[in-house]
Amino acid sequence: METVGLAPVLALSGVLFTLGVVGVLTRKNALIVFMSVELMLNAVNLAFVGFSRQNAALDGQVFAVFVMAVAAAEAAVGLALVILLFRNRVTVQLDDLDRMGG
Amino acid sequence: MTESVLFYLFSLLAVIAGVSVITQRSPIASALSLVVCFFALAADYVMLDAHFVAVVQVLVYAGAIMVLFIFVIMLLNIREPSPGFTPLSPRGMFGMGAAGLLGVAIIAMLDGLVHAPMATLPEGYGRIAEVGKVLFQGAYLLPFEAVSLLLTVGMIGAVVLAKREV
Repeated sequence: METVGLAPVLALSGVLFTLGVVGVLTRKNALIVFMSVELMLNAVNLAFVGFSRQNAALDGQVFAVFVMAVAAAEAAVGLALVILLFRNRVTVQLDDLDRMGG
Repeated sequence: MTESVLFYLFSLLAVIAGVSVITQRSPIASALSLVVCFFALAADYVMLDAHFVAVVQVLVYAGAIMVLFIFVIMLLNIREPSPGFTPLSPRGMFGMGAAGLLGVAIIAMLDGLVHAPMATLPEGYGRIAEVGKVLFQGAYLLPFEAVSLLLTVGMIGAVVLAKREV
């Protein structure tokens, strides 16, 4: 059975990462920016698994599992921050959150 | 043959769903697109012989994390109008330009790496037993324990942040 080469895997990974960057840079809704970050983490995971497959080593897959665990912790804390933000300011639009003058 | 055809099909689905994530106006539509993207990526992991990672992708990402996202979106019940994806605004143009440059840089950087052939796989590659051996018998035992500590800290942090009074 012919397996897929590394080039399409890395191309998909690069495209998904770039889509995530576009989402972070252009969207104003904090929740969608957050989802774009998840998209970037998944692109990195795909690259890990692709290189792991190329070298017939399982270390990349172990790293992918670690990335998922860190993403789970990050999602829990980040969504708690969004809830806190919404409770205090009644908005999730990032442009309205300028109290620190950034 | 079928394996690479399926890989391309699911890759196309992942890219379409990824575009949908960043262009949808409502967060709930974005979240559902992201679930589709995660399932497509799980299928791609199977094509790359990463069976355990594919299962964890569906369970943890498409299951737990996205349920958390959708739960929070529905809990907040945001009524304010959303501007949506605006590629022609200054922010949109700068964002797409910067991301396009980054994409070109990534592809240029990876160009030299892609020509090496795929290795032939040992028996049981990507199954949970083999991944478990690397995870627990190799150099990754300490990072694994650190991740469990990180998850505990994350859980406590989420509770402390979202609680009304500490």
